[in-house]
Amino acid sequence: MEDLLKVRGLKTYFYTYEGVVKALEGINLDIYKGESLGLVGETGCGKSVTALSIMRLIQWPPGKIIDGEIHFNGKDLLKISEEEMRKIRGAEISMIFQEPMSSLNPVFTIGSQIMEAITLHQNVNKKEAEEKAIEMLNLVRMPDPEKVMNQYPHELSGGMQQRAMIAMALSCRPSLLIADEPTTALDVTVQAQILDVIQRVNKELDSSMLLITHDLGVVAQICDRVAVMYAGYIVEIGTVKQIFKNPQHPYTKGLMNAIPKIHVKTKRLEVIRGVVPNLITPPSGCRFHPRCDHAMDVCKKKVPPVTKVEEGHYVACFLHGGAK
Amino acid sequence: MSKYIIEAENVKKYFPIKGGVFSKVVGYVKAVDDVSLKIEKGTCMALVGESGCGKTTFGRVLLKLIEPDAGKILFEGKDLAKVKGKKLREMRKDMQMVFQDPNSSLDPRFTVKNIIGEPFSNFTNIKGEELVKRILELLNLVGLKKEHLYRYPHEFSGGQRQRIAVARAIALDPKFIVLDEPTSALDVSVQAKILNLFQDLQEKFDLSYLFITHDLSVAKHMADNIGVMYVGKLVETSATEPLFEEPLHPYTQALLSAIPVADPEYKVERIILKGDVPSPANPPSGCRFHPRCPKAMEICSKEEPELKKVGDGRLVACHLY
Repeated sequence: MEDLLKVRGLKTYFYTYEGVVKALEGINLDIYKGESLGLVGETGCGKSVTALSIMRLIQWPPGKIIDGEIHFNGKDLLKISEEEMRKIRGAEISMIFQEPMSSLNPVFTIGSQIMEAITLHQNVNKKEAEEKAIEMLNLVRMPDPEKVMNQYPHELSGGMQQRAMIAMALSCRPSLLIADEPTTALDVTVQAQILDVIQRVNKELDSSMLLITHDLGVVAQICDRVAVMYAGYIVEIGTVKQIFKNPQHPYTKGLMNAIPKIHVKTKRLEVIRGVVPNLITPPSGCRFHPRCDHAMDVCKKKVPPVTKVEEGHYVACFLHGGAK
Repeated sequence: MSKYIIEAENVKKYFPIKGGVFSKVVGYVKAVDDVSLKIEKGTCMALVGESGCGKTTFGRVLLKLIEPDAGKILFEGKDLAKVKGKKLREMRKDMQMVFQDPNSSLDPRFTVKNIIGEPFSNFTNIKGEELVKRILELLNLVGLKKEHLYRYPHEFSGGQRQRIAVARAIALDPKFIVLDEPTSALDVSVQAKILNLFQDLQEKFDLSYLFITHDLSVAKHMADNIGVMYVGKLVETSATEPLFEEPLHPYTQALLSAIPVADPEYKVERIILKGDVPSPANPPSGCRFHPRCPKAMEICSKEEPELKKVGDGRLVACHLY
């Protein structure tokens, strides 16, 4: 498959008063054309920082991309000028955030906000932009799009706001959509609607998606591949089937066992002992070793290399080789 | 003695909406509209529904944290409306609540010792060394350590804070605890620990729970019985197993089918509902679910369905049955 985005050795640190937060420690990630990749992990593991780094939206101070390469359509996004990056943002890579209410501007109508995105990146007049905006709202199945064009964000419900956000993000037909917890703030029935829209629209526009979420269920239903993050590292990556049916990393296994299942009877949930480490003073070696039941001596000393389990399925754990 | 820890009969709670120059009452938010529910001793009842359906209000009404506008609540057979003053204060020991967000339910200027010690100083004469001993016992029960005693809430992680809130809730040996979305703000691995803790405590102290949640998989894991609420109304109650095997109300069916299951091979016919949850200030006529219901009939927009017995101890409010 063809690569759309290729991230190599991405390191992002935050320089705070308490110390250096090593948020990303060499992320390697590929996103293929037309696929959707899920990025899962718990709070603070670096999912959002990965997305913001790709968009080059890490604010300095305190954050900084220290090292790495982000290849997108043959360009290294970390080497191009801010001017060029601005042309890519919103047009070729766009992003949907968790809270639509705080990412929409409260003093502009939905219509003018979508039209702004269109006129910024495309050479169209106002009338054409308006037509395009309505077309996008139709695409995300917004009820009564002409009326919504003239409404303000507060007049819409959470689900409708998120639809408007998606319409805006997709208005320039980006080849990559980054969705950062797009349904976390929504109710389940509305979540189902939004996921349905995202999936369908993605297929229609043939774009790729990076879906960031903590909900393993959403990933299982929506994505083609999954990457599991823990404390700034990608610990396992593979197709949805490989990860859910045959998880290899102890952390991935722990996560899978910790969720209450709807169609399997479990008496007691299995837990991962301990807590997520502080990234200012992360554990040495494999960052998961203090919580791991299979920790060996080598885990404390060395960062485990990424090893291949089977075609397309990779894991960073000494249990799968590289111990010597 | 009653077999139920708590019985609610036709409970209503309307919040007035005020408007205009003279703050006249212009309408009501019907947060809880005619809900009856019984919880057996030693069991866990889950109350599920989407935001704004009245779950939390109902939980608070049950504990008499807010007064119901109509209806009766019996706690161990005693009518809560008739209990007043000192007696009510005594009864409060038996009913506790754990809130969703431990950041706002714990006083940031209190140490753990103060937080967990407060119920004791309010209701008992336990002081000094004895108090510290009791607090340490509680900390041990919820999985915290001795050295945490003099720390402040901000020094703890979300899961640990929720443990402090749980320790405070069980301090006075309550019989009934309302758990209002206690794990919604937590990561899955932390959630698993807290859910296990609730199960352990229930076994140990023979507690009864009302578990308010929007997460059906959590409800299934925890509860013996489940009540489904939609815009202030109870639409279905059932024992947990049969509800998941065969949901009766179209809303329950849609809700169940909407949960993303963490198994890529598990495919269900997802029922995508039209529109959004209506506002409880202006609910639709007849059955409140009818504008979104895929099986709506003519009668649904006119008449409100009553809770009817269907099958083995199940209640459902739908004209289909």
